[in-house]
Amino acid sequence: MTKKFFKTVILNTLPVMTGYLVLGFGFGVLMSDKGIGIFWSFLASLIIYAGSMQFVLVNLITSGAGLIATAVTTLMVNARHLFYGISMVDKYKKTGRKKPYLMFALTDETYSLVCTGDTPSGINTHKYQFFVSLFNHIYWVTGSLLGATFGQVIALNTKGIDFCMTALFVTIFVEQWLTSSNKFPALTGLIVSAGCLFLFGKNIFLIPSMAIILIVLIVPRLNVKGEKK
Amino acid sequence: MSDTKILLYILVTATVTLILRILPFILFKENAPTPKIITDLGKYLPYAIMAMLVVYCLKDVTPLSYPYGIPELISVAAVVLLHIWKRNTLLSIAIGTVCYMLLVQLIF
Repeated sequence: MTKKFFKTVILNTLPVMTGYLVLGFGFGVLMSDKGIGIFWSFLASLIIYAGSMQFVLVNLITSGAGLIATAVTTLMVNARHLFYGISMVDKYKKTGRKKPYLMFALTDETYSLVCTGDTPSGINTHKYQFFVSLFNHIYWVTGSLLGATFGQVIALNTKGIDFCMTALFVTIFVEQWLTSSNKFPALTGLIVSAGCLFLFGKNIFLIPSMAIILIVLIVPRLNVKGEKK
Repeated sequence: MSDTKILLYILVTATVTLILRILPFILFKENAPTPKIITDLGKYLPYAIMAMLVVYCLKDVTPLSYPYGIPELISVAAVVLLHIWKRNTLLSIAIGTVCYMLLVQLIF
């Protein structure tokens, strides 16, 4: 555990730090706006730890949607996490005691940082994956706590800062595009999800997108040989 | 709103999310060899998922009504071009985000 190790982790999680502090803050503000206490913001961010779903949850709670509707909504909104698990089954093997936490903490952003399985040279992969997950979790919980505590006091014009998450994914997408010899999986993801968004609308398009992406990637598997260079 | 009710909502959401996250790891056990199809998916899915996440982030864009997705289009293009040019992740994200914030706060 050297200084260099933590410097690398912090540097690589910097975009997520920005996004999570700000979005977590937004979640805390929203919760306290609705009269839900600081402790609940803290607990939700600690044990749910799924950004967009937590925002939806605030609506579900305040509208009294019911627990079954909440479970079904969570299933729909978070089904994409199945994908992360599937693609990390192999990479999270032999992670030992770290594994339960690694599985729990696999958010969109953490996934985007660990999915390729590449680690900066000279750094233990599993330790890196663990601390990236942990640091991101800490940013998220901290943001929520700050928002729930000081939300009403501070009014900064941060409109648009959530774009840093989009920018993070775009950057990783471009990086993957430039380093992979086979563009088929990336193109599949892009065309299928854009097509499904157009056809099914923004609320449910992820489910059909995932199903079609799986089919397209599995069926002609023999043609897909896009190893990383 | 009673505290018990809030707690239950949080617990239900946390449980369903956790199940979705750990299910693949339960289905494909640590000590059994991973089926080839899953190893393959592990290789190709990240590329497809990253594209899906980009689309997911842009799902609220309204191409047919004001501001026609112009701030997003400009900012995403800036990120892509900058990244191809400099290959510096933090730089691409920082400039792209500042660009987007300026656009939505000052122009649109």
